[in-house]
Amino acid sequence: MEFRIPVGEWIDGFFDWLENTFSWFFEFLRELFIGMVDAVDWVFATPPALVVIAIVAIAALFARGWKFAIGAAVGLLFIMSVDQWDNAVDSLALVLVAAFLAVALAVPLGIWAARNDTVSKIVKPIMDFLQTLPAFVYLIPAIALFRVGVAPGVVATLVFAMAPGVRLTELGIRGVDKEVVEAGEAFGATPRRILRQIQIPLAMPSIMAGINQIIMLSLSMVVIAGFVGAGGLGGDVVQAISALNARLGWEAGLSVVVLAILLDRFTASFGQGMGLYSHWARQRKLRREQEEQARIDAMELEAAGARREPGSAGA
Amino acid sequence: MNDSIAMRAEGLYKVFGKNPDNAVKKLRDGAGRDDLDGATAAVIDASFEVARGEIFVVMGLSGSGKSTLIRALNGLQPATAGTVTVGDDSITEATPAQLREIRRHQVSMVFQHFALLPHRTVIDNVAYGLEIQGIDKDERIQRALKVTQVVGLKGWEEKYPSELSGGMQQRVGLARALAADSEVLLMDEAFSALDPLIRREMQDQLLELQSELGKTIIFITHDLNEAMYIGDRIAVMRDGRIVQIGTPEDILTNPANDYVEQFVQDVDRSKVLTAESVMRAPRAVIHENAGPHAALTAMRDNELSALYITKRDRTIVGWVRDRDVLDLVRQGAKDLAPAIQTDHGAVSKDTALADLFIPSLEAALALAVTDERDRLVGVIPRVTLLASLGGEPEAATSATPVVEPLPGDMVDKVLDSAAAKGDA
Repeated sequence: MEFRIPVGEWIDGFFDWLENTFSWFFEFLRELFIGMVDAVDWVFATPPALVVIAIVAIAALFARGWKFAIGAAVGLLFIMSVDQWDNAVDSLALVLVAAFLAVALAVPLGIWAARNDTVSKIVKPIMDFLQTLPAFVYLIPAIALFRVGVAPGVVATLVFAMAPGVRLTELGIRGVDKEVVEAGEAFGATPRRILRQIQIPLAMPSIMAGINQIIMLSLSMVVIAGFVGAGGLGGDVVQAISALNARLGWEAGLSVVVLAILLDRFTASFGQGMGLYSHWARQRKLRREQEEQARIDAMELEAAGARREPGSAGA
Repeated sequence: MNDSIAMRAEGLYKVFGKNPDNAVKKLRDGAGRDDLDGATAAVIDASFEVARGEIFVVMGLSGSGKSTLIRALNGLQPATAGTVTVGDDSITEATPAQLREIRRHQVSMVFQHFALLPHRTVIDNVAYGLEIQGIDKDERIQRALKVTQVVGLKGWEEKYPSELSGGMQQRVGLARALAADSEVLLMDEAFSALDPLIRREMQDQLLELQSELGKTIIFITHDLNEAMYIGDRIAVMRDGRIVQIGTPEDILTNPANDYVEQFVQDVDRSKVLTAESVMRAPRAVIHENAGPHAALTAMRDNELSALYITKRDRTIVGWVRDRDVLDLVRQGAKDLAPAIQTDHGAVSKDTALADLFIPSLEAALALAVTDERDRLVGVIPRVTLLASLGGEPEAATSATPVVEPLPGDMVDKVLDSAAAKGDA
């Protein structure tokens, strides 16, 4: 059949045009992303591995409790023992930067989509598109625009991971009890105030689930980012595939799993009331509550005393 | 503008769906609710005025448009046509900023499912309206504390809504609306989600608060008994239209159409109707200084065995029995006073029918009804009480006692002769 729509050519042409016209902008982004990843990398890579592991374990204790702390320490020691520590830190830096950027884009976009039906109608198919397009396809224009290295890895990861963040944020805000929002309106609150004091706090579980999903998807993209020279665990996996090195493949792959579990448990624990921190927070809240109630009671007693005084003086 | 009117709605329409303005035009030209191809009319041509300090109840089944109506009153649902004014401010013509200002200071709302902010404590919820008004923290907490105490939530200030029962949560909702210190209170099925005992308790509390604070309350409900219990006036809604506005008694005794009549059938009449609505003019009344002779004549002429005695200004003094008066006449006394018994057991004209039965049983003659200045305004014979409970008080006028008692002297004679036989 001779008839053919040259969609690929068009899109390719579009990216060529983009690259030629806005090269200064993409160059700027490239430098920015590389700088961010390097900065995070430096934070984790500078102290000795054992110190980092200890800190992570303590953080785990605060976030979820002692079981998770032990699990985290064992997992990280495993990564160290298979000699993947440096790679894992590189990957972690990439994931954290990409996830941070994805959250910074996805949450406001989700809020906007929740408040505006037109935006929602436009955003929804775009998110479908981004989520279902095979992940490898992102890499080609990403390389074209950002050249080989960490930057295209960050961009591909960010684009791929954004969708659930947008969706869950929109869903969460739209799912806030209509009557409570109405209550805000009925007392004369501005839309911005309703968003800040009612919609976002009540949609928080859903938004947090979105952030958790973003981090998990970012991590799954890290391996693929290895193909564009982003390095890290993904780099070793790619190398293992091309050299048919099963030993290296397993070691790097299992390290990814350990990282994934750690990140998932950390992010899922936010706002779940687990771990040492929540325990302290609860106690602090209880104490504050009691103090507050005591203060209120004292205030009322004072008021009652003032009322009673003239009577007792007369008696 | 009349100062005694707190809220006024005129020709209010709310139409959802396609081309609402066109639908309003059709409705004005007399089209029915079903001939609007695509548009749904929730409120059709609603007009009413609510006086300051009044409890105005809008009553209707689900789908009658009552919830939409109340939301049109504070602009949560912008009206399609017509006007709503609160005091001197128009809701329907306000800009969003003006509308917020009106909502902050003039109209507050209580919701069916409480609509509390679950992440805030009770006291912060109560202070929410004040916070939006821009009142600083110390003062708003002070004011919220007072209101929290008024609604009976003292000691719960630092709890979260999820730690409270349904009734308590609605008290928080009520306190939040009261704390905003607005003139008009909109209550959307506020007690419908509560169980019956708590609901009754809340109704009583609302009435109590209203009499203390004198708020204007617009209350939406689907429960006719609730409407009858708390409403000064009731608007009955059906299919988006207000079919009747009137006092509970009006609605009960003069239903505007078959729908309202059918609706009020199940109402407990004994709780809604008052002594005033069923009482009759007393057949005869004697002034206290009229003398025994006049009293006895009046009783004979009216075939009565007892009479109420009043002062010149119709204040009730007591009652007399024919025998006692007869004795006085025999003795040739000029003053009626020795025969007057003061335990007249009169009831006030606002007493509900349900509370008339025992007094009616205890009274020796038709139950006396007095107004707020103790003046005798009517009487309720027992038959009238029964007839009005059956829904047709007029039946009592034609009713005669089923069996006349035997004349006393006849009975005495028979008894005397029976006793004589027994002795023999």
